[in-house]
Amino acid sequence: MISQFFVLSQRGDNIVFRDYRGEVAKGSAEIFFRKVKFWKEDGQEEAPPVFNVDGVSYFHVKVVGLLFVATTRVNVSPSLVLELLQRIARVIKDYLGVLSEDSLRKNFVLVYELLDEVIDFGYMQTTSTEVLKSYIFNEPIVVDAARLQPLGPAAIFMQGTKRMPGTAITKSVVANEPGGRKREEIFVDIIEKISVTFSSSGYILTSEIDGTIQMKSYLTGNPEIRLALNEDLSIGRGGESANDYRSSYGSGAVILDDCNFHESVRLDSFDMDRTLALVPPDGEFPVMNYRMTQEFKPPFHINCLIEEAGHLKAEVILKVRAEFPSNITANTVVLEMPLPKYTTRASFELEPGVTGQRTDFKGANKKLEWDLEKFVGGVEHTLRAKLTFSQELHELWFNSANIIKEAGPVSMTFTIPMYNVSRLQVKYLQIAKKSSSYNPYRWVRYVTQANSYVARI
Amino acid sequence: MAPPAQSQRSPSPSQPSGKSEVSDLKLQLRQLAGSRAPGVDDSKRELFKKVISYMTIGIDVSSLFGEMVMCSATSDIVLKKMCYLYVGNYAKVNPDLALLTINFLQRDCRDEDPMIRGLALRSLCSLRVANLVEYLVGPLGSGLKDSNSYVRMVAVMGVLKLYHISASTCIDADFPSILKHLMLHDSDTQVVANCLSALQEIWSAEASTSEEASREREALISKPFIYYLLNRIKEFCEWAQCLVLELVTKYVPSDSSEIFDIMNLLEDRLQHANGAVVLATIRVFLQLTLSMTDVHQQVYERIKAPLLTLVSSGSPEQSYAVLSHLHLLVMRAPYVFSSDYKHFYCQYNEPSYVKRLKLEMLTAVANESNTYEIVTELCEYAANVDIPIARESIRAVGKIALQQYDVNAIVDRLLQFLEMEKDYVTAEALVLVKDLLRKYPQWSHDCIAVVGNISSKNVQEPKAKAALIWMLGEYSQDMQDAPYVLGSLVENWDEEHSAEVRLHLLTAMMKCFFNRPPETQSALGAALAAGIADFHQDVHDRALFYYRILRYNVSVAERVVNPPKQAVSVFADTQSSEIKDRIFDEFNSLSVLYQKPSYMFTDKEHRGPLEFADELGNLSIGEAANNVVPTQMVEENDKDLLLTTSEKEETKGSRNNGSAYSVPYDGSSTSVFASQTQIESAVSNPTLAGHSPQASFAIDDLLGLGIPAAPAVLSPPQLKLNTKAALDPSTFQQKWRQLPVALSQEISVSPQGAAALTAPQALLRHMQSHSIHCIASGGQSPNFKFFFFAQKFEESSNYLVECVINTSSAKAQVKIKADDQNTSQDFSTLFESALSKFGTS
Repeated sequence: MISQFFVLSQRGDNIVFRDYRGEVAKGSAEIFFRKVKFWKEDGQEEAPPVFNVDGVSYFHVKVVGLLFVATTRVNVSPSLVLELLQRIARVIKDYLGVLSEDSLRKNFVLVYELLDEVIDFGYMQTTSTEVLKSYIFNEPIVVDAARLQPLGPAAIFMQGTKRMPGTAITKSVVANEPGGRKREEIFVDIIEKISVTFSSSGYILTSEIDGTIQMKSYLTGNPEIRLALNEDLSIGRGGESANDYRSSYGSGAVILDDCNFHESVRLDSFDMDRTLALVPPDGEFPVMNYRMTQEFKPPFHINCLIEEAGHLKAEVILKVRAEFPSNITANTVVLEMPLPKYTTRASFELEPGVTGQRTDFKGANKKLEWDLEKFVGGVEHTLRAKLTFSQELHELWFNSANIIKEAGPVSMTFTIPMYNVSRLQVKYLQIAKKSSSYNPYRWVRYVTQANSYVARI
Repeated sequence: MAPPAQSQRSPSPSQPSGKSEVSDLKLQLRQLAGSRAPGVDDSKRELFKKVISYMTIGIDVSSLFGEMVMCSATSDIVLKKMCYLYVGNYAKVNPDLALLTINFLQRDCRDEDPMIRGLALRSLCSLRVANLVEYLVGPLGSGLKDSNSYVRMVAVMGVLKLYHISASTCIDADFPSILKHLMLHDSDTQVVANCLSALQEIWSAEASTSEEASREREALISKPFIYYLLNRIKEFCEWAQCLVLELVTKYVPSDSSEIFDIMNLLEDRLQHANGAVVLATIRVFLQLTLSMTDVHQQVYERIKAPLLTLVSSGSPEQSYAVLSHLHLLVMRAPYVFSSDYKHFYCQYNEPSYVKRLKLEMLTAVANESNTYEIVTELCEYAANVDIPIARESIRAVGKIALQQYDVNAIVDRLLQFLEMEKDYVTAEALVLVKDLLRKYPQWSHDCIAVVGNISSKNVQEPKAKAALIWMLGEYSQDMQDAPYVLGSLVENWDEEHSAEVRLHLLTAMMKCFFNRPPETQSALGAALAAGIADFHQDVHDRALFYYRILRYNVSVAERVVNPPKQAVSVFADTQSSEIKDRIFDEFNSLSVLYQKPSYMFTDKEHRGPLEFADELGNLSIGEAANNVVPTQMVEENDKDLLLTTSEKEETKGSRNNGSAYSVPYDGSSTSVFASQTQIESAVSNPTLAGHSPQASFAIDDLLGLGIPAAPAVLSPPQLKLNTKAALDPSTFQQKWRQLPVALSQEISVSPQGAAALTAPQALLRHMQSHSIHCIASGGQSPNFKFFFFAQKFEESSNYLVECVINTSSAKAQVKIKADDQNTSQDFSTLFESALSKFGTS
């Protein structure tokens, strides 16, 4: 049970504010914002998602730079409230097509309408976009999606790549298409976030895939859908340790450590033939989340070398090789590496003739940054950085061992469309509708993203 | 209710400043009000939107009220909705307008369109104007009977709103029983769920004054009702499922096969994508199996994977909530998770609140087989750019060292930290090495060699400096230049700002002096002189004390200041096990995130319904303390509550349960005997002092003899109480929760008795002499609260009493619950006579 719900902008402006029970004082939004902003004096630490000020618990989640906040005085389940906040953001996005400060302000009547149906007197009623449809009557004022920050995992498909029908992602579930007729289509996205830590000698210390099958359906009449996954898919690693990498690597079988499912999913024949049956509700939702620690081939190999290069100078050589096929291209690749705090200057040398790469030395936090717009499979890129250290540095300190101790690790972020490391696949997507002419668009898309991709040096 | 005015926004030229725009709108609305032209609704919509947007940015548009209501005489639901939003905002601050609104809303409550009926009813109930409640009863009554489930859903929440505006109106209209009927018979699960939420709130609030309400509240956790909900659980929406699961947590199954049935039924809830459902299910599993050790272990194994999946699948905020629960479980049963340690490795981009939890988990799961890898990983973090986390990591290494048997490798690592030449790393490592030496003095040789190389000038943090000074003093024998390092610190006495460091310096100088007198003597003199002149009271006192004791006798001084020490075997835990158990009992709540039981952070009235444990818990702090009791005190009181220290260990098994299906009562070990050991041993009364609690366990007759006033004399012949009744606190809680209030009355206490209550123990002894035993007590003058119990002679029928005594009015509020309702009156008489005699005999 919650007492209030509100949405604040990054600057702390109230965009939406609803008081359900009148138990918490009106100034709560201000108290909350000040607390979050000045959590620790040095500004080094982020405020946790839940905290208590004078008997009032404040919950918040950050979505596209907005703060979705709930307050209560009761000892509620934190998961329940945080899950709710996330869900409210998703429902609003389903209706507005795009979630942003602008779209919220333009559609606040609709947003209040939604909030009234989602929560009554602090109790959750429904967060199903489907169910809400029959209660909601305002029409969204659609804002221009092009320049807005996207929301949700599926939004990564919008990032600069032409092969994705990006606009569909920002389509409201209720708004009519400009052409009049609704386009029959369904999106199934297999999104995998990977975490890998390489030791300084290059072998894999830990690796994990956190995957989700995300669905967004625009099919009229809500037909039943069958999703078939790899037949050799198995779940649970039995008695063996979850971190035992030897098991069945290379045998081809996909072994999930664990998974969970959306409530609409029926698993009647899942044990038999690995198919999921569901009647997809409107809006975007995760069909299945899964987790995997089975060994996989990391998409990038990172090699970092640091050498002394004369008096108070050193050279960093950073080599990255893409280990995926050449018909696949990663985008928005960024490498970061903290440098010793005595570093005063860094000059960079890229390979001759390369384009779409950018380098930077952030003096304030002594960080090297290397951006690569595109990274084609099978290719290796190298960056050489010449570092100059402060004169104050003690001669005795200066040796490569100490430089290495103060530098690194190298961390990397990237997005690789049409590639997934787990080899989990949607074999087919069947729509049960008895009509030969009915052939809606089916989009099955894969993407791999870095969650925490770190190489120690 | 609309957003409040945004003060930071000053009216800009493009924004309406007020009056003229509002009167303009008024005019336009009036024109449209009577119009029936096609497209008029669209123009109205535009105007309404404008009005609402003015309202949200804080412009007063209440003068448009009449026009708005007039324009809303339409079937356009969008217009209606905006109008409701508008009236909802202004009715509260403007009761005159509210009266106008009522008419209009009441009419809409009878509209053909169920959506309009529902919306109007919701708006009507949300007005929150106390003097208008009479207008709510009619529409609510018909709303509850509406054929449309949406209207019923809204009406049920409306009843709850009405209860909060005027409880008596709600009860008088008999709404709770209508809700109860709906809850059991409605075909729509959301209506059922809303009934459940509303009734839980209403009955919990009523339970303190109405027996019926408290009986109804108990009925919610009765077997038929729980099964009714469980069998339909999949029809409920995910949020309502959480509600049901929360209720199931409080249900006590009669046997283990029932437990397995429930668990099998809920098994697939663990695969739900909604973390709230999964955690609620886990709580049910954990609670159900508390008394079944093997199964409980299996539950831990079973929930591992779903929890880890939730941690990695949701948003960072959701992961944090789940991870906090995982943290709690790991801290409770580290061995279950020891092979999963890699999941607790920190990722570089995680927020520090997540990393901190993970570091604690890594520390907890470290054992012989994984320590090497964990410590290696932690050492990586020590070089982290995030300095607070780097510090925590070093501390974690230290903690692991202190809990391991084989510390060889770790000591080496710690010593490497000392050589890392980062000031904060050195500082943390010094503190750790000090603790390590206190536990493993055998390592002193290796450590001292390294510590000796550290220049005290590079150590600035008081804690680290104090640690270094402590080591210099403690091991001055083995550290060549200890007297000189300490000496130079004494020379810079005035520059040392931390009193803690100066205190340590004094003690270290003394120790050094005892070990190496000739080298230290003059420096010690300087230190004592500086100490005595110090402005800090403690430093001054300690210096003076050392000075005097040295003058008195040097060898005595050595025995006092530097006696041979024993290695510390276990460092004190910061949180008592009581607190930890309480937090575990409140699994899937904020208590887990805050790492505090709920009574430490919630007001009494906001504690969840049916939370009996809170009542017991809170009472030890005492309401009189105004809830501002510092944690320290709470912990102390906590220990006093329910269990005395000696019994605490023994009883833990059954206390953890909080349920009746624990091991059958075993008088020798798992019960708290009615009397409290501490109290008894402190008794000066010679007739009672003769028997120790141990004796009372074994020798029944002696105990009977020891009591001067035999209960038989006092009690009416039909009710005899067992003089050696025993009940363990968890059973007490269980029973208190389940039984209805049999009797509730006010009893006078003699003025002498009230005066004697400054020490509640006197009352406990007095009541015990009447075979009425105290199980928990607390409070501060003038209000004291006690929970008593008694048992019928030669029968296992219990009486439970809650007794609140106000010493200033000399009155006691007494609530009695009984297994056997028929005899509760007799017991009450007995209790009253016993209580009224207090202080007079």
